[in-house]
This record gives sequence, structure tokens and C-alpha cells, in this order.
Amino acid sequence: MLDMLSSGLRVDGRGLEDLRPVEIKCRSVNNAEGSAEVRLGKTLAIAGVKTSIGTPFADTPDMGVLIVNAEFLPIASPSFEPGPPDENAIELARVIDRGLRRSEMIDLRQLCILPGKAVWELWVDIHALNHDGNLMDTSALAAVAALLTSEVPKAMVNEKGEVIVNKNEKQKLPIKCIPITITVAKIGDKLLVDPCLDEEEVADVFLTATFVDDKVCTIQKRGEKGLTEEETLKCLRVAQRKARELLKIVKEVIGYG
Amino acid sequence: MLNTKNKKIVLIDSDGRRVDGRRPDEMRDIKIKVGILENADGSAYVEQGNTKIYAAVYGPREVHPRHLALPDRAIVRCRYHMTPFSVEERKSPAPTRREIELSKVIREALTPAIVVEQFPFSSIDVFVEVINADGSTRCASIVAASVALASAGIPMRDLVAACSIGKVDSVLVLDVTDIEDKYGEVDLPFAMMPNRGEITLLQLDGVLRLEELEKAISMATKACKEIYEKQKKALKEKYVELRKAIIEGGKT
Repeated sequence: MLDMLSSGLRVDGRGLEDLRPVEIKCRSVNNAEGSAEVRLGKTLAIAGVKTSIGTPFADTPDMGVLIVNAEFLPIASPSFEPGPPDENAIELARVIDRGLRRSEMIDLRQLCILPGKAVWELWVDIHALNHDGNLMDTSALAAVAALLTSEVPKAMVNEKGEVIVNKNEKQKLPIKCIPITITVAKIGDKLLVDPCLDEEEVADVFLTATFVDDKVCTIQKRGEKGLTEEETLKCLRVAQRKARELLKIVKEVIGYG
Repeated sequence: MLNTKNKKIVLIDSDGRRVDGRRPDEMRDIKIKVGILENADGSAYVEQGNTKIYAAVYGPREVHPRHLALPDRAIVRCRYHMTPFSVEERKSPAPTRREIELSKVIREALTPAIVVEQFPFSSIDVFVEVINADGSTRCASIVAASVALASAGIPMRDLVAACSIGKVDSVLVLDVTDIEDKYGEVDLPFAMMPNRGEITLLQLDGVLRLEELEKAISMATKACKEIYEKQKKALKEKYVELRKAIIEGGKT
């Protein structure tokens, strides 16, 4: 692999900065308020969005609640074992959560129904279905696409102060922006965007970054090696460029203006 | 300098001073004590302002369960844990998702510095207990764990120093406290091997332009070099102490 890389080619024929072909399919799950199946090459992840009404956190009485969970189950890979999320699944969920939260993709204040008493809870559950590398970016995109195309019932407070939910009147979530997550892997001295499984297994270190409006709102370095400052900045600049590219694709596919 | 009128907290006042009086590029005082836990192969206690952490290293030792052992290197395991009384509202002792993530990132911050190839079929276990949390706990944990690893005699490529960068009232600040983390705009934990110039922990939670990020990394790199000196000093002092005890012991 290192020989191929020195001539700028990857095992699947891609250039160092090429993403795998992206496929996004939304709204396939009728019972969920939102859903999206995303493929990056052969990697497939599905995200579902469910809403419920709950009490807000004490320190943010006027904000809705966002919960992100991820599962790496045996269906996706012979290396995944059944059981509760392991450190990789937990890390992935928390990184994606930070990306959604810090970018303020969803205006959580508009999810407030009755301050201090009732707010919308958004449950984003991500399941890996086929692991061929870079579950991080695939899952992040699935979560974003599911939220973009979610339709949630309208809720209002009547004269008696009770919360009434009208399941027949649906509306989109209050979206402020679209965060895009890109992972760059380092093999030897080469930086590769969107690593496939073969590349992930030999990579020394990974840098994942989530961008919104060209600004970075989440970074996570993963792997048991280090990166120089120069390599880090190089990764981030490449990721920033690819995020712009992927954002265009997302807007086209979902038809988001 | 807490102004809680209208629930707005002033994190940097008109003098440019932070809540605890520090300037933006000032770190808290760090105290490091080596070898305070006798059962461990290596240990350290770190106090960084009100953040107080014990770190212990057991290893290299036999791996249990055995199927986890690797034939060409030691495995490194890490447990970051906060005591229930370390935070304002009692925290359940059960590991939270945050502690699981932090255990992973701390392990990945330390492993690049350890010459694991020297100990096949072994494990090097790092335990960190936060007994009082006031921001930057993962960074202080890494500072403590590095010293503990070195004091255990484990061959290291370098020590790992760590610090955090925050952004409060639009100003980049060094070494974030709990209140600055809660009410600030950015939290950027950072760790590096200062001699090798390699970053081994980098996370960002908050919005930054790439130029701001570059500046943050510079600030953190400079601070890590200072912390590195303190780590080395603490290890040297312990060595001098041990040497003295051995000589005294030899006289009897």
C-alpha cells in the first residue's frame, strides 16, 4: 500500500483527496420522524430521528434536548460484538453530538413548548450497517440528512396550560445550518481523505473535523500515534475543502436551498 | 469578578483579567508529586489550581484476560474516572459515556510516547482518579500519567505534556477552569510530546476559524514546553530523594 501511495494512488484507485461515491436516501423509515441511509463507498449507516416531549435540563429551561447514540452491531462487521456501545461507538456518538450541538444546526430554543416544563426531545440513533471504513463521516452525514428531512408534529399549549400535540400537522425542524464532518487518515507521511477499511487498519492516526460556514466546530484526533503541528494544519485545510464539496452534494441531493 | 446580574457572567473584565485574576495566557500553578502510591509501579499526584488528580501505573505486567495480549508489543489500558465528590453535584461512581471517551483519548495521548515494542504479551495499565474537578481534568490527567509512567521505569520516547485552550468573551485563554468551560465558547484540550514536536491529543468543542485554531495551537505548544520542565523537575527531585535514601540506607 505504501508503494501505491507514494505514487499518489490508493488501493481502490482514488486520489489522496477523493471521497468515495456518496449516496443519501432519506425518509425510508415511516415510523420515524426522520431517517437517512448514507453510503460512502461500501460503508453504510442509517440514522433515525424520534421525537418525544420531555422536561428540559434545569440550567437550560427554554431549550430542547438533543441525544445522539450510535451502535456498532455485528450485522455491520465480523469484528463487532453484540452488547452495549464500546468506546469507539461512544466516541463516535459524542463527536457527532458535539458537531450538531456546536454548529447549532438545530435551533434548540425553538423546540421549547412551555419553558421549564415541556420541550421537544430529539433522539438521534445511528446504526452501522456495513463497515468498510470511516463510519464516522458516514454516520455524521446520516444524522445530518435525517435531521434535515425530519417532520415533527406541532405542539402547543392550550388555555389550561396543557400541552396538545397535533400529529396531523407536521413541520420541519428549525434548521440553522448544515455541519459537515470529514476524516483524514495518515499513513506513513501521506494524508488520505475518507479512509476505507483497509486503510483504516494500517493508518497511524486520524483527524476528524466538523465544519460549518468554513469554521471548524469539532475536532477529534484518534489513533495511537501523533501528528506534527504542520500535519495537523494540513489535514484541517484539506478537510475544510472537502467539507465544502460534500456540502454541495448534500444540498443537491436533499434539495435544500 | 462574577457579575450575575441578568444571569450574565463576565469572564474577562475591563482589565483583561479572568475570573480568577489570571491573564489570558497565564496557566494555573502546577504542583507535581511523584511516587506517592506505594503499590503502583509508578504514580504521581498533580494539582493544577483546584483540579486534583492521582495517577497510577501498573506494568508491564501479564495481561488478563490473556486473549487481549499482543505478540509484538504491550497493550496500553487506561481508566479515567472521577470520584463522586469531585464535582459540585454528586456524580454516580458508574463510568459515564464521557469517562469512557476520555479514557480512550487519554490512552491515545500517552501510547505514542511509550516504547510498547519492548514488552510483548504484557499490559501497561494507567489509572487516573480525579478527586477534585475544576476544568482541564483530562489534560492534568495526562500530565500526571506521563510522570507516573516515567517513574515506573517504563521506557518512553518523551514525556507527554498537556493543557487546554478556551475562548471566553471572544478571547483565547490558556488553561480553562470549570466556569470558563461551562460559560465559554470553546474548549480545546491539547497534548504533545514536546521534544518530538508531536501532538498526541487534539480535540475541539466550539467554533473557531482556522487562523484562530493555529493561534490556539501555538499557545498550547508554548505552555506544554513549560509544563514539560515541571514534569522533568518533579522526576529529578524524586530521583535525588531516592538516591539519598539509598546512600543513607547503605550507611547503616
